[in-house]
Amino acid sequence: MKKIIYQFIILTVVACTAYAQPNIAPAKAQTQAIALVGATLHIGNGTVIENGIIIFDKGKITAVGDSKTALPQNANVVQVTGKHIYPGFIAPANGLGLTEVESVRATRDIQEVGFINPHVRSIIAYNTDSRIIPTVRSNGVLLSQPAPEGGLVSGTSSVVQLDGWNWEDAAYKTDMAIHFNWPTSRIRTSRRAGAAVSEEQQKERYQRQMAELQNYFEEAKAYAELSKPKVFNARFDAMKGLFTGTKKAFVNVSAQKDIIIAVKFFEGFGIKPVLLGADEAIQVAGFLKEHQIPVIVNESHALPVNDDDDVYLPYKNAALLHKAGILIAMSIEGYWQQRNLPFMAGTAAAYGLSKEEALALITSNTAKILGIDKQTGTLEIGKDANIIISEGDALDMRTNHISKAYIQGRDINLDNVQKQLYKRYAEKLGIKE
Amino acid sequence: MKKILLLIGALFCVATVQAQETFPVNGSYDIRSGQFAFINANIVVSAEQTIKNGTLIIKDRKIEQVGTALNIPKGYVIIDLKGKYIYPSLIDAYTSYGLPETPRQSFSGRGSAPVFTTTKQGAYHWNEAIKPEMNAHSIFNLDAKKAEEMKKNGFGTVNTLIKDGIARGTSAAVTLGDESNNLVMLSAKTAANYSFSKGTAKTDYPSSLMGSIALLRQTYLDAAWYKSQSKEFNISLDEFNKQQNLPQIFEVENWEDVLRADKLGDEFGKQYVFKSGGDEYQRIADIKATTGKFIIPINFPKAYDVEDPADARSVTFAQMKHWELAPTNPAVLEQNGITFAISPAGLESPKDFWTNLRLAIDFGLSEKQALKSLTEIPASILGIDKKVGTLNVGKEANFLITSSPLFAKENIIFENWVQGKRFIVSQMDVKDLRGDYDLVIAGLGKLDMKIGGSIGAYEVNIVRTGADSVKIKANFVRNGDLVNLVFDLTKNPKGDFRLSGYLDKASPLTFKGDAVAANGNTTNWSAIFKAPFIEKEKKEEAKGVSNVGKVVYPLVAYGNPELPKAETIIFKNATVWTNEKDGILKDADVWVENGKIKAVGKNLSANNAKLIDAKGKHITPGIIDEHSHIAISRGVNEGTQAVTSEVRIGDVLDAEDVNIYRQLAGGVTTSHLLHGSANPVGGQTQLIKLRWGNTPEGLKFGNNPGFIKFALGENVKQSNWGEFNTIRFPQTRMGVEQVFIDAFTRAKEYKATMAAYNGAKNKSGLTQPRKDLELEALVEILDGKRHITCHSYVQSEINMLMKVADSMGFKVNTFTHILEGYKVADKMAKRGIAGSTFSDWWTYKMEVLDAIPYNGKLMHEAGVLTAFNSDDAEMARRLNQEAAKAVKYGGVSEEEALKFVTLNPAIMMHIDDRVGSIKPGKDADLVLWSEHPLSVYAKAEKTLVDGIVYWDYEKDEQKRKEIKEEQARLIQKMINAKTKGAKTQRPSLEKPSLYDCDTLEGEHAETEEH
Repeated sequence: MKKIIYQFIILTVVACTAYAQPNIAPAKAQTQAIALVGATLHIGNGTVIENGIIIFDKGKITAVGDSKTALPQNANVVQVTGKHIYPGFIAPANGLGLTEVESVRATRDIQEVGFINPHVRSIIAYNTDSRIIPTVRSNGVLLSQPAPEGGLVSGTSSVVQLDGWNWEDAAYKTDMAIHFNWPTSRIRTSRRAGAAVSEEQQKERYQRQMAELQNYFEEAKAYAELSKPKVFNARFDAMKGLFTGTKKAFVNVSAQKDIIIAVKFFEGFGIKPVLLGADEAIQVAGFLKEHQIPVIVNESHALPVNDDDDVYLPYKNAALLHKAGILIAMSIEGYWQQRNLPFMAGTAAAYGLSKEEALALITSNTAKILGIDKQTGTLEIGKDANIIISEGDALDMRTNHISKAYIQGRDINLDNVQKQLYKRYAEKLGIKE
Repeated sequence: MKKILLLIGALFCVATVQAQETFPVNGSYDIRSGQFAFINANIVVSAEQTIKNGTLIIKDRKIEQVGTALNIPKGYVIIDLKGKYIYPSLIDAYTSYGLPETPRQSFSGRGSAPVFTTTKQGAYHWNEAIKPEMNAHSIFNLDAKKAEEMKKNGFGTVNTLIKDGIARGTSAAVTLGDESNNLVMLSAKTAANYSFSKGTAKTDYPSSLMGSIALLRQTYLDAAWYKSQSKEFNISLDEFNKQQNLPQIFEVENWEDVLRADKLGDEFGKQYVFKSGGDEYQRIADIKATTGKFIIPINFPKAYDVEDPADARSVTFAQMKHWELAPTNPAVLEQNGITFAISPAGLESPKDFWTNLRLAIDFGLSEKQALKSLTEIPASILGIDKKVGTLNVGKEANFLITSSPLFAKENIIFENWVQGKRFIVSQMDVKDLRGDYDLVIAGLGKLDMKIGGSIGAYEVNIVRTGADSVKIKANFVRNGDLVNLVFDLTKNPKGDFRLSGYLDKASPLTFKGDAVAANGNTTNWSAIFKAPFIEKEKKEEAKGVSNVGKVVYPLVAYGNPELPKAETIIFKNATVWTNEKDGILKDADVWVENGKIKAVGKNLSANNAKLIDAKGKHITPGIIDEHSHIAISRGVNEGTQAVTSEVRIGDVLDAEDVNIYRQLAGGVTTSHLLHGSANPVGGQTQLIKLRWGNTPEGLKFGNNPGFIKFALGENVKQSNWGEFNTIRFPQTRMGVEQVFIDAFTRAKEYKATMAAYNGAKNKSGLTQPRKDLELEALVEILDGKRHITCHSYVQSEINMLMKVADSMGFKVNTFTHILEGYKVADKMAKRGIAGSTFSDWWTYKMEVLDAIPYNGKLMHEAGVLTAFNSDDAEMARRLNQEAAKAVKYGGVSEEEALKFVTLNPAIMMHIDDRVGSIKPGKDADLVLWSEHPLSVYAKAEKTLVDGIVYWDYEKDEQKRKEIKEEQARLIQKMINAKTKGAKTQRPSLEKPSLYDCDTLEGEHAETEEH
């Protein structure tokens, strides 16, 4: 018995060091107006104010302007000359807080069993104590959209801010979208015969899934018309918001034909979908523009899908779509990877966008697409004070150095487990940090 | 006329019955001597000799005489072939005729328990893929139905083998006769056969192409050793040795495989005959240099159905080019003087044989060569040229009777005689029946009968002019001299007229017979020839070599029609990151000449140099990736055993991987291609330079010290491979240590044994120890001739390997990945071990929980030679940005950070005398960056390897334009082909193979992604 208790204690201790970061607590609410003076302000909507002033109080931005902007008497005035100020970056559709260690099943809360699960909700699985979150914040990402994966209908996502005691704290916009994996009509072959799924099987699977979706939507829509259904159906109930407009449809789709089919499908039910990934969106850019369909493109740090593609196509993709008049935001697959989001935008800036247009891919455009643009996404009066200060250009890994970050005006702790390990071993090795 | 009838009569009787001397007979003996004389024929004795108006005499299955004005002795059936042709019948050198079908290989991947050694019963090889004991002749059983199919195409002899396994045993040559297994066998053992594919072997090893090569290499050594030992009996090795004097045929998939097999053959003094994939034209000079003979397929790809532009995008440039160029392959081989046989092997349908063969002729293959490649050459490859292949006296009476020259479009094969026995393909017509006839049906009056179409496929129309004029199609059947005709005049009278009749006169052609009307009344009819048929001229599409696009190297998008050459260039006024004492030079020039850096300095000039204005731009040494898995064919892991030091990435380079070009576009010039991390001792690595367009051999860095991949932790323990993979030792880090101790203990013993034997002055009475390639590689490590780069994550295991190395007397050169290197940096520094890590990857599995992006900085400052690597085809394209993260996380100076991806990996791979810095005399491997090379905004404008510009930002744009135009041309051509009735195939997207350490997909395996 003693042994067991002893083991239990050890386990508990190990678990604590592994998963909790007791000294990195969420920040307290803003109590005093803060004025940041002298920095280059990147508003997020394309505007840049050199040597500007931004003031926020009680969590909201109260003033933004040039060096002549009046400073309130009670404000804590901070000189940040030469630095860059941005709206906090927003990471859409990802697994941060849902997956902790990809290879360990026990730490994966991102994919439910079954094909149609609109009712499963990412918000309640979002782990504010993830040791990854602080590392992402440290690079300027302040908001995220934990999203379920897998199946045809993956589940419902929410937007969270990355500094909360628990998911209720963190919730920024709850149950705001349902995620779909659109079936592909494209036949794939494998270079080697054997394990690959045959052409007939692929076709048949496609037909079956399309039929399944069609039926499902028809029934879900009919169900949504009932004010008091006799038999409660949790899945249909979750779908209601799609038809009433309180939930968005986020649709993973890739091939050009599938994009058209998917958009037409949703429009048939009165829904304007948001496309995720949409690798071949540029092939149907005219269609997307005409139908005003926004696209959250995949990370620019990717290989071209086809061998023959322009080697830089993923780098250029955002610019090509932007120039075609489509509303674009950028995402990264995965969870810990979110800390590289600013550099994805930076790459888009190297290949066709202006730096401010690229910034919009991870701030204002994202906020618009997620439907949180009234609260955040730009440095404008009345919006949440989700603000980062970087020593240099934050979209470039060479100069991205976040020295301060505020979420809803709260001065958040930028320490993380990796910095702590760094400190610990720098000391051991006698190396100056 | 009599003669004709006689001939027709002969068609219906069995020509000869061959007796088998050793077999008893039930009833009376029926021995026939099979004596025939074919007269008045154009006899093509061989590709070199044609006898006009000649006579061929056969007797008892053999050719007795051939020539002109021969005396035909009595007792011979005389067959007049006036105007017709006789050819030697064709030989297919690569079939499985008469052998049981081999079951499809099944791979269960991680879904079943591993199989380490043979499951077969008997004293066979440990690996089921080595089965030279399989002899086709011992299980051959003739298959009359299948034989008939081949005979229709003109084949009379085939070579047959069991297409299963790596060493596949012997093949046999048989005729397509249908009487007895004993009589058709021309040669019981024509060749020993090989391939890289393990087929149905249940043993897990080899799972990769490099494993297949290693296994065959070891088998050659084992077989040699086997001869001089008395310890064990092994049927497989015994058989293997017995077959070494036969021709050696190696079946391969593509030209890269040809070069791989040829190289292996060279190691053991073997020259293979290659059964190839049909893409030799893509590297004809290298193919020729093998000096091998070839058996080539003509299964040219069908056009892709590209009418829908969205579907067309699924067809790659390479597929389109190959579609157009594949039919030129036989001609290209011929023009290059390569000896090759043509085989229908791999054709979807036997009917495609003549279509494709004629296509090859349209694309420049000479008819003479075509005939040789289908007769004499396969006969000589198989060593049966004394028996078949030409119509010389004494050979088997295997020949074709045709209407026209064999390769002419209108030619009809009438008869295919096999060993003196007639097989009728098409009835021999008297002559062309086409023409206009007066058709008179008693009681009905005169009609016009027009026989058109082609010979053998007549189209017949019945025409009535004047009142009740009609033109209707008739069903016309001819059977020898008998004909049937059915038609319905639709009015006056209505209903079918059925005519049956016979050929009455040859000049003018006249038919006569009885007719039955729809009402049942009988009457008679006749048709008399009145005017010849006039063939409408068909417009032939211009075909041939002049109409096809160029071969580019490699034959994929972004290949070059010609390899770029080294230039003399001076880059002017750049910021130059020398990685030398000079540090970062502003406004400096870099002079490149003869592939080397000639000078670095200010105001450089040379008469012959191309000047490039680099003001505001940066020049750095080319990026060196210490850990890459690009450009590898069919499997990066041979993870089926814990120790596989015998496998070599250098055996399986893939020069066609587009990632070579893509990474040049990210400034990479040198990549260290590693075996995966599925086992503690992995395979030997290969260092390459990204010389896009060269052959696999041409990619090799050259003269660099060899490396081998080791691995620790979760991958080698198979922690994340599912529940079936809990059998292979080791399953814990404890076991991993013992694998190394065991491997190096064995290696030391081996080294001692070898040394004792080699050092013995008197070797008499000593048995030569077996050469073991696995242990040889480990001995190289012990001798300091091969370096280790070891996949590693957590400090305990890193510490362990350092201790094992200390105690066993070897050195770890590099820990790669080494994400907890910062915890043991002092221990590494003390031993001079380098660390090659990721900049910021972490938390994807348990052993990387403590990975931190400050690792590079801490190792570097603790005195460890530090690099950042990719292990990823995507990340490799921007290793400069990863280096920037050493600045971001921990504040390494920019100059030192750039060395993480240039000079430091060069030093750790012992190639810094050639690359890694910008210094006169070093290789001109350089990158011209548009701006600060550590910035996310920097673009590689030019990447040079050996002074050759392999990547050029502007030229890339031009290339894309050309690719688009070429694709447009090919798409148009495919659409035309489809419109003209060519068969098409549905485009489907191929999954590219991208490898990282964990990939288990290989030559024989593919695990589906989930």
